[in-house]
Amino acid sequence: MKPFSYLRPRSVAEAVRAGAGHPGARFLGGGTNLVDLMKLGVESPGLLIDVSRLPLDRVTRTDDGGLRIGATVRNSDLAAHPGVRSDYPALSQALLAGASGQLRNTATTGGNLLQRTRCPYFQDVSKPCNKRLPGSGCPAREGAHRDLAVLGHSQDCVATNPSDMAVALAALDATVRLHGPEGERAVPLTGFHRLPGDNPDQDTVIRPGELITEVVLPPRPDGAVSLYRKARDRASYAFALASVAAVLTVRDGRVQHAALAFGGLAHRPWRARAAEDVLRGAPATDETFARAVDAELEAAVPLRDNGFKVTLARNLAIGALAGLTARAAPPR
Amino acid sequence: MDPTPGNDDADAAQVPLPGTRSTFSLDINGTARTVTLDHRTTVLDALREHLGLTGAKKGCDHGQCGACTVLVDGRRANSCLLFAVAQEGARITTVEGLADGDRLHPVQAAFLERDALQCGYCTPGQICSAVGMLGEAADGFPSHVTPPTATTVPEGPAALGAEEIRERMSGNLCRCGAYPHIVRAIEDVAP
Repeated sequence: MKPFSYLRPRSVAEAVRAGAGHPGARFLGGGTNLVDLMKLGVESPGLLIDVSRLPLDRVTRTDDGGLRIGATVRNSDLAAHPGVRSDYPALSQALLAGASGQLRNTATTGGNLLQRTRCPYFQDVSKPCNKRLPGSGCPAREGAHRDLAVLGHSQDCVATNPSDMAVALAALDATVRLHGPEGERAVPLTGFHRLPGDNPDQDTVIRPGELITEVVLPPRPDGAVSLYRKARDRASYAFALASVAAVLTVRDGRVQHAALAFGGLAHRPWRARAAEDVLRGAPATDETFARAVDAELEAAVPLRDNGFKVTLARNLAIGALAGLTARAAPPR
Repeated sequence: MDPTPGNDDADAAQVPLPGTRSTFSLDINGTARTVTLDHRTTVLDALREHLGLTGAKKGCDHGQCGACTVLVDGRRANSCLLFAVAQEGARITTVEGLADGDRLHPVQAAFLERDALQCGYCTPGQICSAVGMLGEAADGFPSHVTPPTATTVPEGPAALGAEEIRERMSGNLCRCGAYPHIVRAIEDVAP
């Protein structure tokens, strides 16, 4: 690991100022991914700006009944928050399906959104990787790609975004608030992470020196129920092979509102707009759900060894929508 | 530590970088310890290499095995992923700080009673993790296997059966496979 300087700013403004003055700096949240990447030599910042103690550790109600989540709120605190558990269960379930108790206690909301792919080639500095070293190539396309992308990948990169939390936030229409050298702005979560294209070194649309300050959730749609389901290689403490977050409102046997997002399939949380178009207004039946999910997944282009993820995601999503329907409209 | 203050009005690009070592204080098991460390030093390495506290173990050194688990402000964390300089102001409790004099912590006593180990390398991390986990459950924190409640949030502590314990302890690996006895030991202490 390369030596680095360390600063602990007392305000967001001070943190942003320090970041603007040092292009090689990284903001340090919980560090559960960044510290590991520094040990691996993937990251080698000359300065760490410790933002973990900034006063961004609160979860509060917004005026319209939504939720404002500070960037340094720990994953375990967010999962346990009564407002999250009652109104946004998909978010609580996604957080609890990720990592371990120790890591959830340490990892922050902002850091979770900025965690890097766990593609084995990205994490191994002895291998080429277009995300780590643009132009060096992508061995994953022909190599070990069983866990990697089936949707939205490019010739240059087949990495997946590893976050569970971000998948739930994508389905819940969250907004990311950023504070940077040029001021503040808000980005919809679904537009925050990028597809790889020909510059996979850029995971997100975040600009140099910008700091995530909070994530905002709109109020829960009237009567909406939500859940998160995840398939992985072992029962606990593993990244998703495929996952789904679903939000559903059913009225008189028909889907009124539906939001669906997949995890583990792409370079970003995959909001399933094509499926939602089929669902909206259609009868809330297994036949509809299958048709909707198929409309989304027909865009999948599996690699040699990961075609199973398409089937896995299909079954997860249909099961999630059926399960939510049973809860949204219990039989009389 | 005493970070170099930011320069409020001058061109930000002129802010000089502070050094790569700092002198600061760590609160370890209730005692303030002053250390001068390279910023690259993790809490785990500070404990083991600089403070003579070798209870926390280095297994994977990447946050995957849990052998290095300590309590930070009462909450369990992987000490291999924490830079020591970033923990000034936090209360760190290691396995050495759990007993009350010669009286073992109930989780330590239960691990002995249930023979919840074979080689023992993961044991300090398992014990610290169990202590932290019991606190989380007492605070009502749910887990992945806690039954979801559609409309209401249960009040009070989370109940801890074997399934809950296994899920909540999944961040601690035991290469010897002593899991059945580890779960029983924790069940003995769980309310």
